[in-house]
Amino acid sequence: MTNTSVQPPVVDQSGYAAKKRAANIAIYIILSIMVVIWIFPIVWLVIQAFRGEEGISTSYFFPKQWTFDNFVRLFVERDDATGEIIPQSEMIYPYGKWILNTFFVAVCSCIISTLIILMVSYAFSRLRFKSRKTFLNLGLILGMFPGFMSMAATYAIIEIIGLKQSLFGLILVYSAGAGLGYQVSKGFFDTIPRSLDEAAKIDGATRNQIFWIIILPLSKPIIVYTALTTFIGPWGDYIFVSYFMKANKDNFTVALGLYSMLEPEHISKYFTTFCAGAVLIAIPITILFIIMQRFYVAGVTGGAVKG
Amino acid sequence: MDFLDYVQMTTGQKIAYRIKSFFTGIPGAIANFFKAIGLFFKSIFTHIGRGFKNYGSRFVNGDAGTKLSYVIMGAGSMMHKQIGKGLLFLAAEVSYFYFMATFGLTYINKIYCSDILIKSQKPTEPDMIVNGVIGREAPVYVEDDLFGQKMVNVDTVDDSNRILLFFVLTILITIAFIAVYVTNTKSAYNSYEIIKSGKKPVGTIEELKMFLDERFHVTLLVIPVVLLLMFTVLPILFTVCIAFTNYDIDHQPPGNLYWWVGFQNFADVFYSNPMKSETFGKILVWTLVWAVFATFTNYIFGIILALMINKKDIKFKGFWRTMFVITAAVPQFVTLLIMRLLLGDSTGLNALWNTHIPFLSDVTWARVTVIVVNMWVGIPYTMLISSGLLMNIPEDLYESARIDGANAVQQFTKITFPYIFFVTTPYLITTFVGNINNFNVIYFLTGGGPSPASYYKAGQTDLLVTWLYKLTVNTSDFNLAAVIGIFVFIFCAAGSLITFNMSKASKNEEEFS
Repeated sequence: MTNTSVQPPVVDQSGYAAKKRAANIAIYIILSIMVVIWIFPIVWLVIQAFRGEEGISTSYFFPKQWTFDNFVRLFVERDDATGEIIPQSEMIYPYGKWILNTFFVAVCSCIISTLIILMVSYAFSRLRFKSRKTFLNLGLILGMFPGFMSMAATYAIIEIIGLKQSLFGLILVYSAGAGLGYQVSKGFFDTIPRSLDEAAKIDGATRNQIFWIIILPLSKPIIVYTALTTFIGPWGDYIFVSYFMKANKDNFTVALGLYSMLEPEHISKYFTTFCAGAVLIAIPITILFIIMQRFYVAGVTGGAVKG
Repeated sequence: MDFLDYVQMTTGQKIAYRIKSFFTGIPGAIANFFKAIGLFFKSIFTHIGRGFKNYGSRFVNGDAGTKLSYVIMGAGSMMHKQIGKGLLFLAAEVSYFYFMATFGLTYINKIYCSDILIKSQKPTEPDMIVNGVIGREAPVYVEDDLFGQKMVNVDTVDDSNRILLFFVLTILITIAFIAVYVTNTKSAYNSYEIIKSGKKPVGTIEELKMFLDERFHVTLLVIPVVLLLMFTVLPILFTVCIAFTNYDIDHQPPGNLYWWVGFQNFADVFYSNPMKSETFGKILVWTLVWAVFATFTNYIFGIILALMINKKDIKFKGFWRTMFVITAAVPQFVTLLIMRLLLGDSTGLNALWNTHIPFLSDVTWARVTVIVVNMWVGIPYTMLISSGLLMNIPEDLYESARIDGANAVQQFTKITFPYIFFVTTPYLITTFVGNINNFNVIYFLTGGGPSPASYYKAGQTDLLVTWLYKLTVNTSDFNLAAVIGIFVFIFCAAGSLITFNMSKASKNEEEFS
C-alpha cells in the first residue's frame, strides 16, 4: 500500500482494531456454541455407551454408574438367570458375527468394485472410441433412477441365481453397481498428462501395458480413495440390506443388526448395548473419513473447477 | 441491452434485471431441454443407423462368402481364412437359436395371454376372463381340510414375475445378438475387400491381440457393462414394465398371476383414485418444500460457517474444522438413530428436561425438526467443500480490491460469493436432486410419520422415495411404487437437465448428445 497519506487518522484506526476484535470475539462465541450443538449428540451417544443403568434414557445427563459391560455384552452375553455364557449362535444380537459378515462383504466388494471403477474410468478418460459419448450419457441417465426403485427386481434376480439372502449375493449386487461410480477417478485420470501415453506408444507399448505400467502407478491416491469409499459403503448401507436379508439374522451386516436392536420389545434392555456397538464401528469409520476428507472435496468439486 | 447499460444501473435495478432475465430465461431453458432430449434420441438412432449403414450395399457388393454370412454367421470369415473368428460367429448364432428355442420363446409366448380365467380370491367378487395376462396356467385351488386352500398345480403353474423377468432378459439378449450379427456381416465384407486388394486378412491371434491395444476399451468395459446390464438395467426395465401391470398385494406370484393394465396405475396416482392421487399431491408438495429448504439452508449456513472458520485472524482452524467433520464422519444411520432417540416423545431431551415436546410426532414440529436435523447433518459437508474452495481463491484478488478501497462486505459480495457460487452450481444441483431422494434423514428420524388415515400408506413427512420404499417393502404395492419411481426419475432428470442448461458453468453440456 503506497498511498499511506489517505489512511484514516490514528483514533479511527484503534476504533477499527477494536471493531475487528469485537467481530472476532463474536465469531469465537458463535463457533463455540455451534460446536457444542454439533458435538452434543455424539457425546451423548458415547456417554450412553458407558451407562450402567438399563433403559432408553435417563433424566440426568451423566450416568450414576459407569461400566464397560455394554461393550463386553456385544461379544459375550451371559444368561440373566444362570449367568452362563450364551453361545454366539443363540445370541439374539450376534454383534461379532455381524462385524465379520460386514468385514467379509466390505473386503470382497472393495476389491471387485475398485477394479471395476478403475477399468471403467480409465476407458472413459484415456481411450477414445466410437460409442464413448453414448455410454457416458446412458450412465448419467441410469444414475438418475432412484437407487432402490428396482430393489424387488434385483432381489428376484439374485433369487433365481440361487444366492438369496446370502453374503455372496450382497457382494455381487454391491460390485455390479460400481460401474456407475467412475466420475471421481475419471476426473483424476483426466489430469494425468496425455504426453505420457503418447511417449509410451511411440516406444511400442500397447494400451494394456500403458494402463498397468504407467497410469496405475501414478494413480495411487485415487486407488486408495476408491478402495476406502467402496470399503466403507457396506458398513453404512441399510436400505438395500434390509430388503435383501429379510429376517435372516445370521447374515445381517452391522448397520442392519444395530437397527434391529431398537426393536420395541428389546430396546429398553439393549439400548445401551446399541450405543456401545454404534461407538465401536463409528470410531474406525470416522478416522478413515477424516483421513480422506481432502479427496472428498476434490471429488465433489474436481469436475466443476475444470468446466 | 448491452454491458454499458447494465453497469450504469443501480443495485436494485440490477437485481430486478437479473430476476427478470432468470424468469424470461425459463421458456428458453425448457425449449433447450426438449431440444436436448431430441438430440439425445437422435444421437442414439444415428448410432444404431450407423451400425446398419451399408447393410444392404455390403450384401450386393460382397462375394459369395459375404453373402453367405448374412444367413450363416461366420461363413464369410471362414472362407476368407479367418477360421477362429468364423467359428466364434457361428457359435454365437447356434447358441442364440438354441437359447431361443429352449428358453426365450417360451417366455415370449407367455408374455401376453388372452382369455385366461382368473378365479376370484374373495367370495364377494365373481371370477373373470382377462386378456393380457402374464402367464397361461393360473393356479388352481382345492379345499383342503388341514390348510384351508391348497394349490394343486404347483409344478406347472406359471409365475408372472419369472416370465416378465426372462422376457426382458430375452429382449436384451436379442439386441446383443443383432449387434453381433451386424458386426459379422461387416467383418466378412471387410476381409473380402482386403483380399480383393491383394493383402492378407488379419489372423485370429493378431485380432485377439487387438483387444489389448486398439480395442482395449472393449476388454475393460465388457465385465462392468454385463454386470450393469444384469443387475441395474434389467431390474430397471423390469420395474418400468411393472408400472403397467396390476402387480400388487392381491396379485402376488407364485400364488396368483398378474396382467397388463395399460396406464391405469398412472391414472390412479395422478387423478382417478382420490386417495392415492391426494396422497401423491401432498407428498409431492412436501418433497419440493423439503428439497428447497434442505438444500439452501445447508448451502448458505455451510458457507457462512466456512467463512467464519477461514477468517484470517481466527485461531485453531484445524480444531474447529475437525469438530464439525467428526459429525459428518460418523455413519449416518448411527447419528440419525441417535437423533431420533434424542428427540423422542419421552426419551432423550424430553427425559432430560422432563418435558413433552412432540419433536417428531406432531406434523409441524416434525417437518421443522427434520429440516433442522438435516442442517446438523449437512452443514459440515458444505463447510468442508467450501473451505477447500475458499483457499483456492487467488489472494491477489482481495489484495487489489483492498487497494481500491473495498470493505469486507464488498469483498464478499463481489469476489467470494460469485466465485463460490460459480464453482458450486453443479454441486447445488446434485444436492437438490440428492435431497429429493434423501431417504436416510426421513426414514430414520420419523419413518415418514405422523401417519393420518387420509394418506394412502404414507405419512406427512414422507418423501416420494420413502413412500416408494414403504410401498415396496411394507405393503407390496409394486405397481404403484414403480409409477412413483418413474415419476421421480423423470422429475430429477428434467430438473437437472434444465438447470444444467441454464447455468453458465456448463455451456458445453448444452447439447445433450
